[in-house]
Amino acid sequence: MKLLVCIKQVPDMESKFKVNSEGLWYDSADLAWRMNEYDEYAVEQAVQLKEQLGDCDLTVLCIGSERVKETMKKALAMGCDRGVHIADDDSHRKDPFAIASLIANFAKDKGFDLIFTGLQSQDRGSAQVGVMVAELLGLPCLTTLVEFAFENGTVHGKRELEGGTKGKVSCATPALVTCQLGLNTPRYPTLPNIMKAKKKELLSIPAADLSPADSRTQTLSMAPPEKKGGGLILEGEPAELAEQLLQILKEKTTVLA
Amino acid sequence: MKVLLIAESRDGKLLGSAAELSHFAQTLNADSAMLLVGSESALPAYGGTLYLADAALAGEFNPAVHKQLILEVVAKEQPQLIVLPHSSYGWDLAPRLAVALNAAQISEVVEVKDGALVVPTCNAKLRRTIKPTTEISVVTLQAGAFTPSAEPSGTPNVVKLDAAPNGDIQFHGYEAAEATAVDLSKAEIIVSAGRGIGKPENLAMIEALAKALGGEFGASRPVVDAEWTEHSRQVGTTGQTVSPKLYVACGISGAIQHLAGMKKSEFVLAINTDKDAPIGEVADVLAVADLKQLVPILTEKLSR
Ligand SMILES: Cc1cc2nc3c(=O)[nH]c(=O)nc-3n(C[C@H](O)[C@H](O)[C@H](O)COP(=O)(O)OP(=O)(O)OC[C@H]3O[C@@H](n4cnc5c(N)ncnc54)[C@H](O)[C@@H]3O)c2cc1C
Ligand SMILES: Nc1ncnc2c1ncn2[C@@H]1O[C@H](COP(=O)(O)O)[C@@H](O)[C@H]1O
Repeated sequence: MKLLVCIKQVPDMESKFKVNSEGLWYDSADLAWRMNEYDEYAVEQAVQLKEQLGDCDLTVLCIGSERVKETMKKALAMGCDRGVHIADDDSHRKDPFAIASLIANFAKDKGFDLIFTGLQSQDRGSAQVGVMVAELLGLPCLTTLVEFAFENGTVHGKRELEGGTKGKVSCATPALVTCQLGLNTPRYPTLPNIMKAKKKELLSIPAADLSPADSRTQTLSMAPPEKKGGGLILEGEPAELAEQLLQILKEKTTVLA
Repeated sequence: MKVLLIAESRDGKLLGSAAELSHFAQTLNADSAMLLVGSESALPAYGGTLYLADAALAGEFNPAVHKQLILEVVAKEQPQLIVLPHSSYGWDLAPRLAVALNAAQISEVVEVKDGALVVPTCNAKLRRTIKPTTEISVVTLQAGAFTPSAEPSGTPNVVKLDAAPNGDIQFHGYEAAEATAVDLSKAEIIVSAGRGIGKPENLAMIEALAKALGGEFGASRPVVDAEWTEHSRQVGTTGQTVSPKLYVACGISGAIQHLAGMKKSEFVLAINTDKDAPIGEVADVLAVADLKQLVPILTEKLSR
């Protein structure tokens, strides 16, 4: 089987974010970068399927600047066979439809049997790209999966719904699935696998070669939210903080009475 | 402006998001129509035209059929905006509509500002204001962002739609959430552990603080996904909804899906090394500290 997994490189969400000089996206300087959390589950599931079936070719795809190759190497070390880097210094200016068009244009004549994406990217959080790729390619798409099984050409999955209920679904391949947190336990790459990954093919294709569609949205501005909470922020030595906190709990709540 | 609202029904019941959709239409001062794949016995309190397809025929979860029904109504009503809840139903369906209609899509709208739409970015640490550049666009609304202040009222003018099940996905029914071993909804004090605890061994110090306060311990999703504790401890949209007198969030960033489960708490104390963590928005007190240092001291002082 031919498998494709799409991953995005995102900043660590604990970073201090600053708005860039254009005022339309975050400044990429001084950030720690990692694999989008949802995509770690997607990579793991694709690798597990490859292990289950044996005869598979698993490609990992990522759109972004030269920097994203670091994250692609992690996916290769987790077990992907080859990497396709769609080189695009402008990817943060593309909306999910434009990103999806790049992936679909790459995948359309490659005959992938199953495509894995994350449910959403942690920075954009739009939950659009995976489903749009499927629609552009005319593939059935199962979203928000927390359970995945593959048998005789059919994907069986459980979608996570609000409140913890699940919806049981299935579809025939070729297909696309979007992966939700908790789908599996993503592995840590081992040192030997990290070494092996260095020798795997990592092909770069300029985004322009894949004729991306135009974005359909325009960002007008970006800013931190106005602080409405107005809660008290306390800093200091842990022992002093603890004293202050207990005092506040005594005054403001009834639980320490 | 004309908007088409897509309500959601689950297991034969209409979901509360219908009221938020119509409140959003009012915020925009727009004419609206609503579409529901559901049942005549569970209609929304809504004063406009309701296009209704029978879930028993169309399938309650069947994206291909729902998409087709919506496209039919779009052709009839010619809306500029199609609005869905940002839920497992809405984020599954919205991109399918956007592709079919060559429409822009904007996800998880929290606010309307001068005619443009505001969405969270980077775990709500930033917000973007966006505008579609297409004539028709599809948006999803963050749950709770457009809750009406008064109970909605009205009786819809029902227009029935025919539907026959087909499509490329089979739906095999629902699986109920596991019976909860721990009922956090009645707890008066909850101390919750987030990913910031770093390793499973540190859960013990959260439990100890919960015990010293006479309460229960809870957890955010990563702690449950990593199997450091069981799902019945999870607080949030896909876990339990709690409203204790005191909620202590230790090493929890405050993602919207977590906040949805605990924002009704009377008093929230957050312990976090990140002064800008979004949990600060709902916390009465944010103690900027390493939980590994602060939590044991708090426990010790309480136990004295
Ligand atoms: C459809 C859907 C449903 C979801 N349902 C839920 C749900 O029900 N419940 C839920 O919780 N999440 C849910 N999530 C996940 C949610 O989006 C977040 O990913 C999750 O809540 C993050 O958990 P966290 O705050 O523990 O971890 P993180 O976001 O990683 O935050 C860790 C925090 O710990 C702090 N920290 C780190 N080290 C320390 C230290 N030593 N001392 C103090 N603080 C420290 C960091 O500053 C950071 O703020 C859902 C997501 C989706 C898409
Ligand atoms: N730049 C990118 N490169 C490769 N895959 C991406 C990219 N952006 C998004 N994706 C995929 O699409 C999913 C959903 O992203 P989004 O629609 O941005 O929330 C992610 O989890 C990835 O699997």
